[in-house]
Amino acid sequence: MLRFIFKRLLGMIPVLWIIATLTFFLIRLAPGGPFDTDKQVPEDILKNLQAKYHMDEPLYSQYFRYLGNLAHGDLGPSFRYANRSVNEIIGETFPVSAVVGFAGLVYALFLGVMSGALAASKPNSLRDYIPMTLSMLGICMPSFVIGPLIVMLFAIKLGWFNVSGWSEPKDIVLPAITLGTIYAAYFSRLTRGGLLEVVRQDYIRTAHAKGLPGWLIMLKHTLKGGLLPTVSFMGPAIASMLTGSLVVELIFNIPGLGRFFVQSAFE
Amino acid sequence: MRGVKLLSLFIGALLATPSMAVTGNWKLAKNQVLRLGNGAEPKELDPAKATGAPEGKILDSIFEGLVTLDPYTMEPVPGVAESWSLSKDGKTYTFKIRKDAKWSDGKPLTANDFVWSWKRALSPKIASEYAYQLYYLKDGESYNKGKATADKVGVSAKDKQTLVVTLESPTPFFLRLCAFRTLYPTPRHVVEKYPDQEWTKEEHIVSNGPFKLVEWKINRHIKVVKNPNYWDAKSIKLNEAYFMPIEQQDTAEKTFFAGGLDLTTTVPSLKIPSYKKEIAKHPGEYHPYKSNPYLGVYYYRFNVTKKPTNDVRVRRALAMTVDRKLIVERVTRGGQIPATSFTPPNTAGYTFKGELPVSVTPEVIKEAKKLLADAGYPNGKGLPPIEILYNTNEDHKKVAIAIQSMWKKNLGIDVKLYNQEWKVYLDSQQKMNYTISRAGWIGDYPDPNTFLDMWLTGGGNNQTGWSNKKYDSLIAEAKLLTSTKERYGKFMEAEKILLDELPVLPIYIYTNNRLVSEKLKMFGKDGKLTEWTPNIEDKLFLKNYALVN
Repeated sequence: MLRFIFKRLLGMIPVLWIIATLTFFLIRLAPGGPFDTDKQVPEDILKNLQAKYHMDEPLYSQYFRYLGNLAHGDLGPSFRYANRSVNEIIGETFPVSAVVGFAGLVYALFLGVMSGALAASKPNSLRDYIPMTLSMLGICMPSFVIGPLIVMLFAIKLGWFNVSGWSEPKDIVLPAITLGTIYAAYFSRLTRGGLLEVVRQDYIRTAHAKGLPGWLIMLKHTLKGGLLPTVSFMGPAIASMLTGSLVVELIFNIPGLGRFFVQSAFE
Repeated sequence: MRGVKLLSLFIGALLATPSMAVTGNWKLAKNQVLRLGNGAEPKELDPAKATGAPEGKILDSIFEGLVTLDPYTMEPVPGVAESWSLSKDGKTYTFKIRKDAKWSDGKPLTANDFVWSWKRALSPKIASEYAYQLYYLKDGESYNKGKATADKVGVSAKDKQTLVVTLESPTPFFLRLCAFRTLYPTPRHVVEKYPDQEWTKEEHIVSNGPFKLVEWKINRHIKVVKNPNYWDAKSIKLNEAYFMPIEQQDTAEKTFFAGGLDLTTTVPSLKIPSYKKEIAKHPGEYHPYKSNPYLGVYYYRFNVTKKPTNDVRVRRALAMTVDRKLIVERVTRGGQIPATSFTPPNTAGYTFKGELPVSVTPEVIKEAKKLLADAGYPNGKGLPPIEILYNTNEDHKKVAIAIQSMWKKNLGIDVKLYNQEWKVYLDSQQKMNYTISRAGWIGDYPDPNTFLDMWLTGGGNNQTGWSNKKYDSLIAEAKLLTSTKERYGKFMEAEKILLDELPVLPIYIYTNNRLVSEKLKMFGKDGKLTEWTPNIEDKLFLKNYALVN
């Protein structure tokens, strides 16, 4: 197992190198530069700026400087935020995204698996239709619709939470719900599907024949096999939730990493 | 400066009248903590280098220049300098620095600090994009371009309290420029201690303004507190202020109405009609929505080196048939003013009455069609394809679509629209890869010069290929004049040429829209509280703000 993980990690190096190289040259190919503004900067000042960030050097030496810095984990200075390096920005904003993402994940898993199991316990009944209809709604509603709606209800009408910002622990709740709802819906449907598949298996019938109570079968036998699709979906879900979501961060004005991803592509 | 005074009087009369009527019946709140929306995360907080509005608002509260502006009249009033005098030839200013001027760490602030700071801002080494704000100093430009040494620059300290500034030529707006962030002093003893821009970090930064920065959390807030070492600290009412970088207008609006903000930078434009309805429904009641004209113009550039916009008749026909009134009333809907000139009306008392129509009437259409026919395109036949370029943004798109349909309806011509991402769009404009392109210009300082000198032949911001010798010489002549009346005369002549030739198509004058809490008031020199008062430069005056119950 360890060997396998090690091999995988080793294999990442050429992939990262190719990605870094491609982005480096693609960005250079695109028209416009980091110092373009709508108020034209005098040419001499532009030259000074370019010299400061080594942009006046030939492309190959810029490339090797960039790769060299990357190799020891230095992502370089930020062109946009003058007194910070990219590492500092990530260091300050990633934890925020991670907290929101983790809270969202816990919420999504809890709600998703519970409602999925509920639905699977008695398929084609009201107990199945209600959670499944709700999860369909959850999948269809994008976060920029859910976010303002729950802000309206919980922050403005009821006044339980702050509308936006990141100053108190309770500020985690609304963003986590907004971020997690769509995943909760996916988890719910995956759980239901997985469980229904397993319920028809022989060993479940055996457990029933042994006279075990229904809840115990669900907990000990059915969930074990039925959760496989959910678990495999968790990988991509965790990756995208922990690294932040632009939409949720903008709606709630959270100082996370997500908006930097988008901003850096535009700059 | 008489024109400036006139403007101030006008703005004062326009904006301050209702507030004068109210004689402070308010009680100061116990908790003097202001929370304001700041639009975006500041890129940096080095006054010598900062360029944007989010940075400017914070810097204006934690730094102070030789002079500051009066929040009601926008006239220069003593700041770090307690007095000043100007030589007869209009080229040499002598500033007296106040004795009790200090940095926020208690170190004295002297004339030498200004000498060092201004030379630093001009130094090619720090590569400031706004270095040109100091090009008015003698040899300022040549030092920045590496053609002169630092000791040649026209700023020196006669003694600790006396700063002598020599200008390249008389610059009537220089005193106002002294209240601009690029000319703020920077603390040498801190700047030199840390590499690069590290001195502006929350744990290092030292400033000289009414407030000082104590916390800087990315995309969360910047917290400033009253600076006890400020020379006028006793008159400051606010204890703390939080600048919140809320980018989403809707989020800022909701936060405001839930009580989380006292002041926003914008409002969602879709909400403006409903605010206006509320105001009309409850006259006399306080409504947080405030709108006032701003020192900026929204316009289109014509590429005058490309067919068909190389023909002034085509440009005129196109410019005439844009219904500006319809655009501000139906499309932008933010209280903007239809622009018939390039310089916003009342820019430091300067108003150019342009002849461009505000609304399109049948006579206008007839005239425009004739112009088009004279240019060889009767009813738009044979017209080479025209495209409008804009940077990707819903609001720009709406305006472009409106103009597209106006030209179709009024002139029968088809134009295409296309959008590009910001940086690509800037590049296209610079390389003049466009026929018509949208643009906006916000004045650097309240003087017609900032709107007119950009159209000089080959100017960096010209980007239309337009060039006119007479225009160039008029702007150059205006630079040498000290009398406001004569200067404005030259500007009038120049702007007339600009609007006859129309390398630009002015559309509307910007407005500032914002939400202001009923609790936020400000006080004048006499210490009396008045309603919160906006200004044409969109500056905040935290020093004068106070919260009431």
